[in-house]
Order: sequence, then structure tokens, then C-alpha cells
Amino acid sequence: MYLLAIDLWFILEKAILIACIIGLSFFIAMYTTYAERKVAGWLQDRHGPNRAGPFGIFQPLADGGKLFFKEEIIPLASNRILFILGPGLAMVTALVTSTVIPWGAPIVTDKGIIPLQVADVDMGILIVFSVVSVGVYGIMIGGWASNNKFSLIAAIRGASQMVSYELPMGLALIAVLFMTGSLKMSEIVANQAANGWHVIYQPLGFIIFFVCALAECNRTPFDLPEAENELNFGYHQEYSSMKLGFYLFAEYINMFISSAVMATLFFGGYDIPFVNEAAWGLEPWLLSLISFSVLMAKIAFFLFVFIWIRWTIPRFRYDQLMNLGWKKLIPLALLNMIISAAVMLWLNK
Amino acid sequence: MLTQRAKQVDRKPMTVLESIYLWNIVKGMGITISHLFKKKATIQYPEQKRTFSKVFRGLHVLNRDAEGRENCTACGLCAVACPAEAITMEAAERLPGEEHLYREEKYAAKYEINMLRCIFCGLCEEACPKDAIYLSQTFAPANYGRKGFIYKKEELLIPHPIKDKEAYEKALGEKAVKN
Repeated sequence: MYLLAIDLWFILEKAILIACIIGLSFFIAMYTTYAERKVAGWLQDRHGPNRAGPFGIFQPLADGGKLFFKEEIIPLASNRILFILGPGLAMVTALVTSTVIPWGAPIVTDKGIIPLQVADVDMGILIVFSVVSVGVYGIMIGGWASNNKFSLIAAIRGASQMVSYELPMGLALIAVLFMTGSLKMSEIVANQAANGWHVIYQPLGFIIFFVCALAECNRTPFDLPEAENELNFGYHQEYSSMKLGFYLFAEYINMFISSAVMATLFFGGYDIPFVNEAAWGLEPWLLSLISFSVLMAKIAFFLFVFIWIRWTIPRFRYDQLMNLGWKKLIPLALLNMIISAAVMLWLNK
Repeated sequence: MLTQRAKQVDRKPMTVLESIYLWNIVKGMGITISHLFKKKATIQYPEQKRTFSKVFRGLHVLNRDAEGRENCTACGLCAVACPAEAITMEAAERLPGEEHLYREEKYAAKYEINMLRCIFCGLCEEACPKDAIYLSQTFAPANYGRKGFIYKKEELLIPHPIKDKEAYEKALGEKAVKN
């Protein structure tokens, strides 16, 4: 029986947390689609969707319902198993990245501490990176299994884009890790709460990271894998109904998670700026709630910037994309890394 | 230089700042965010409608006089004037006892306008000696088939001014001032 002596409360706690985070991801992704259309409208002097419910609040439900009732088409010449696996993989990888993000200050009770984080593992941020790398397979498998030349080309385009932008992203991250000395997400946040946000010390690193995040999420100006208005809709061209919905939805979840990662790495995570919240003497659950809302506000800001950029900038050409990634961002990130390393060494002396 | 708008194309190679795009992107984002606070150009269609000009030529209406008698005498001048040949009619003689229905001895037993042929030029309105047809402010609504676009007399006739006063005035619309 010793083998089964697992703390049931622990499992229950984590299960509830996971359910909440997945629910939250879906909810935010849904309303990001709404925000996208609404902001697009506003930036173009229109109103955006405003018919479904007050201010068009139910528009995402209508969109989702529409996708469910669309005819489901699986091309005859496609690889059936992989064709179904593709969108599923995209969705799973999008959701798994949220495991290591600390969503708020831990709740301290008399029975123990409940961290608002599914897994505070030592390799923290590396998990995000490795899972995001697997996300390429969602695109590749989808494009390849469709048995369509255009899908395949778009998938390869997407894969090479993601691979090349992961490099400067990782290099920009290393400079941050110099400062924290740990990959653990909770320690990265704690370090920022103590010493100030990383964006102050690493502005160049943040810009590089942000640009790469745009590319990793296939957002404009790097949405070449899709390019719906000029390159035949990209890797999900053969997809219809909810499988297409999964691909599109996974993208919005990716956007949400990458906003959360950026907020955590560079903007202090759930840290409330300019105040020392520990001195307030609030109830622990209230403090957790406030810090959670602060993180959500930061995420909302990043999501808005993502959308804002999309409705401002035209798409990059493919060679421009590759030039920017390999010839500009990687040398810049390397330079940033070396300078931060030198400064750190000099300061430690 | 006919238009005086020709501009010399700048083909200088990009500077380092330009080649990173960042500054130009920030400028562009400044432009888009300023649009967030501008007045929306949208007209919320079914609730709000754009006001047409006084001379707007929409769907046709067959007119009645103040007592509710049809003005049309089926003279055929509108059909002759019509460049699209959209108007068809058949004349009939008014029988004794029908004086409250038709203003003169002859009337249109059948009067059809094919709205798919019509070009809404308003020449029928100009040709009519009896002020029996005019073009209203409503524009052609959608329909499921071609048949639905051939408007019969029942669809064209204006509501009765005494029996159905409200609808009559509504149909009259802007033209109420003219009459």
C-alpha cells in the first residue's frame, strides 16, 4: 500500500488548478478572437462585431457554433490518422506550455502553501521552449498529411520560420537567465519583485524576444505560414469544420501563453509594480487574487499589442523574414548576451 | 507632368535604423492607434438609414388621387418612354359603378414592371401625363426568384388614402411635399 500512499489532496489541488487554467486559456482565446475583430474594426474606423448580444459579446460563441456545424471533409488522398492528429497536436502543445507559468502569488493557508502554478520545476522556462518546438509538428503533420502541395509548402515555410526564430529567442532569454541564475519561473518572478523588472535591464533582449514571439505565434508581420489573403491559406488549407477551428484556436492560445511568458520573464509576472504588497497585511487569498489580476492585466496589454501590430504592419516577404531572423536578430541577441555577461562579471567583482 | 503629382522615387539603400524596421513600425502603430479615437464611418443599416437625395429614384409607385381613385389611364406613354422595356400593361374600360375605383373611363387592368430590367431612369415618371407613376425613395428589395421581381399592380399601387391613411402617407414619403 505504500506505493499508493500518494497525497490525494495534492492530486485534487493540481487537478482543479489544471482544469481552471485550461478553462481560462479557452476563455481568453475565445475572447481574443472577439477582441481581434473588435480592435480591427476600431482601428479601421468601424464598429466591429456588434450584433450577437450586447456589443457583440456572444460573437465567439456564434463563431464556434458555426465551425461545429460545418461539413467535415477529410481528403481521400490524405493520411487519415495524421490528418486528425495534426490539429490535436497543435492544441495539446498550445495548452501544455501553460504548466510552468506562475499565475499568482501562492495562497498561504494554515495547512500549507498552495502555489498557483501547476509545476514549479527547476527547468521551468526550458519546458516552455521544448513544448513550443514540438508545436512545429502540429503544423508539419497537418501540412504533410493533407497531401496538397500548397499545404506542404506552407508547412515547411512555417517550420523553418519557427526553427529560425527559436534561436534568437533562446539567446535573448539567456541574458535574462544570467540575471536570475535560475530557470525556475517562480525564482525569475521573485528576482524581479526584488530587483526590478527585467525589461529595465534588458530592453534589447525584450524587443528581440517580443519579435520572436510574434514569429513563433505566426502573427503578423510573420504570418507567412497562413498568409490567408495571398498564399492560399497555408498549411490548414484542406481542413474544415472544427479541425480548422482547433488550428485557429490553438494559435490564439499560443498568443495568450506567449503573452504570459513575456509578462513573467520581462514584466515581473504577477508582481504588482511600485508597491510592496507584502506590507499591506491582506488576506493571502485576496493578495493572490490581486496579483493574478495584475498578471492578467499585463497579458491583456500584450494581447492588445499583438492585435494592434497585426492591423498596422503588412506581411514580410519570405527572404526578408529569413534575413531579419538570421542576419539581424541572431547577431543582435548574441551581442546583447555578451554585453550582459560582461556587465554581470564586472559588477560581481 | 499632367497632374503635377509625379514624385521622384527614393532609391537610396536603407539605413541601419530603417533596415531594423522598428522605428517605422512604431510610427505606423502611432497612426493606427489614432484611428481608435476617430469617429466611426459606419451607418448601422437596419436601424439607421442613409438619407437619400430628394431626386433619388427608387421603386415605382402607382398613384391615386385624394379620393383613392387610380390615376392611371393605361395610355402606354410610360411603356413607350421606357428605354429598358420593363413596363407591360393592358387597358380596360371602366364599367358603370366603378367610378370610385378609377378616375377616368379607361384604366390599367394589368400593369407590370420588371424590376430586373428597369434601370430606374425615371423617364416613365416624366412621360406620364396623369401624374400616375412616380419613383419612390425605397430601393429594390431582395427576392428568391426572378418571378418575384416582376411587380404586379397590387405591389405597385399606393395604399388607399382614406381607408389606409397611415400607410398612404408613409408610402408618399418625401413626395408628400410635392403633391
